[in-house]
Amino acid sequence: MRHFERFDFKIIFDIIEQGSKVLDLGCGDGELLRILTEHKSVRGVGIENDEKMIYACVSKGVTVEHGDIDEGLPDFPDKFFDYVILNFTLQETKKPKKVIHEALRVGEKVIVSFPNFAYYPVRFYLGILGKTPRTKALPYHWDETPNLHYFTIKDFIEFCERENIKIVFYKAFTEHRLIKFLPNFFAEKAVFLLKGA
Amino acid sequence: MVIELVKEEVFGEKSPLGYTETKFFTFDALELESGEVLSPVTIAYETYGTLNEKKDNAILICHALTGDAHAAGVSKETGKLGWWEIMIGPGKAFDTDKYFVICSNVIGGCKGSTGPSSINPKTGKPYGMSFPVVTIKDMVNAQAKLIEHLRIERLFCVAGGSMGGMQVLQWVYSYPNKVITAIPIATTLRHTPLQIAFNEVGRRAIMSDPEWMGGDYYGQSFPANGLAVARMIGHITYMSDLSMKEKFGRKLRNKEKYGYDFEAEFEVEQYLKYRGETFVQRFDANSYLYITKAIDYFNLGDNKDLIKRFYNLPTKFLVISYSHDWLYPPYQSREIVKVLKYAWVDVTYCEISSTYGHDAFLIKNAEQEHLVTHFLNNAYAKLKGE
Repeated sequence: MRHFERFDFKIIFDIIEQGSKVLDLGCGDGELLRILTEHKSVRGVGIENDEKMIYACVSKGVTVEHGDIDEGLPDFPDKFFDYVILNFTLQETKKPKKVIHEALRVGEKVIVSFPNFAYYPVRFYLGILGKTPRTKALPYHWDETPNLHYFTIKDFIEFCERENIKIVFYKAFTEHRLIKFLPNFFAEKAVFLLKGA
Repeated sequence: MVIELVKEEVFGEKSPLGYTETKFFTFDALELESGEVLSPVTIAYETYGTLNEKKDNAILICHALTGDAHAAGVSKETGKLGWWEIMIGPGKAFDTDKYFVICSNVIGGCKGSTGPSSINPKTGKPYGMSFPVVTIKDMVNAQAKLIEHLRIERLFCVAGGSMGGMQVLQWVYSYPNKVITAIPIATTLRHTPLQIAFNEVGRRAIMSDPEWMGGDYYGQSFPANGLAVARMIGHITYMSDLSMKEKFGRKLRNKEKYGYDFEAEFEVEQYLKYRGETFVQRFDANSYLYITKAIDYFNLGDNKDLIKRFYNLPTKFLVISYSHDWLYPPYQSREIVKVLKYAWVDVTYCEISSTYGHDAFLIKNAEQEHLVTHFLNNAYAKLKGE
């Protein structure tokens, strides 16, 4: 068994089949793509908006394109990729709905992960302390967070129903533990595997 | 050692590559895209670093409109530093401790390669306007002859900015199996009407100078005014609104108040005048006509054909654009990236933020150095199976 520093990486790693074509939207420093390329021989491309992250990707030899995913993915034909990954990216986009639909257009399957805004310490911050939550998954002050949207596991499931998106499965987790009991309360983060209807 | 020191004092330029020398290679004939044949053809070139035994470490650098073969080091002839000294040398992005770097002057040029100022063997006089029109493809075909002459089968990398970038793209198109990595910078798949328009104004400035004399001015006169104006127009397009504001503002040169006349009194006017005047001392007016024409003719193909042509090509690309480049704006680089992605070619793209305009790729910047260094390092390690 490979050791993963990040549990989200492990979940995504287990989903993706050997040799898949993968698009990582908001790929950051390219670490996930590097792991997938090295150990799963994927044909991977990343898109990243932060110029500094591009330099980090290039240092690692990760193929990356400097671009803004909020502008859509007009450069890609339908179903070009086996998997499109939005790993902790969606909450930072301006138009999450548009981004998800674009991801579903260019990919057979879409992997989405995000911090769960209904995680109980988050509820504590907001409900008891009356403050904007600051947790491991949401580490920023309100005035400098890159997150534009806050949503919960429940929200996301409802969204998928509303938008006619099929949830193949989802895994909720805190640290390195899967949370099966009341995930919308006890899980810090979640990874969803989606398919277009 | 003493001589070197004296030279250094004379020229005042230093380079870790020391002194470099332009070499020449002449071959029999080159059939041009127009159907005409250029014969004989001489290519001026320089090399830096050492070609390894497997001959898999060669990098070809392609120059822009007014560049030449002297890309790095201090020229033995002129004492000047190469035009891409910032990028080429030991430990630099194009690391001459590791790679064998080649740069050649394009045909149609005036820096040693056959061009309109060369002697036509049929008449014993300079070609002038009887020189055949050359294209980017012709330039690349001539370079391919040089590469063959150097007994190099495959180039580890072809790199260049602006017109150099067009040559990079043309190399991959014409010789897809001979290029392992490609770095087109601040360039385009095809010249646009706006870009053609700027070039045409430059050409008209030269051709309407009475000293141009239909191109037969050699040994008699020189259309210095026309060429200077052409260069001034060029320079405006190489800068950006912001870089001009930063560099010149509305400052006046050596005076406090307006002269209420038509002398060049603004800093920016003085600068352009200076650029024009120094340029005419080093560049041939007819070459300016021929090379700009070659650039205007450049159209690698329509996107559909390009995708077919490049489909599944193993060449790895690094495409770079500059945020304030309005002559070859980032959208044109993204177009290259789009075509390559559709063709499933491995392409990395970065738009470097810089207040400089088109010329940014010639100015020292850590971002470009970082991208090229790591891109080449990773690709070379892969090639070597590390």
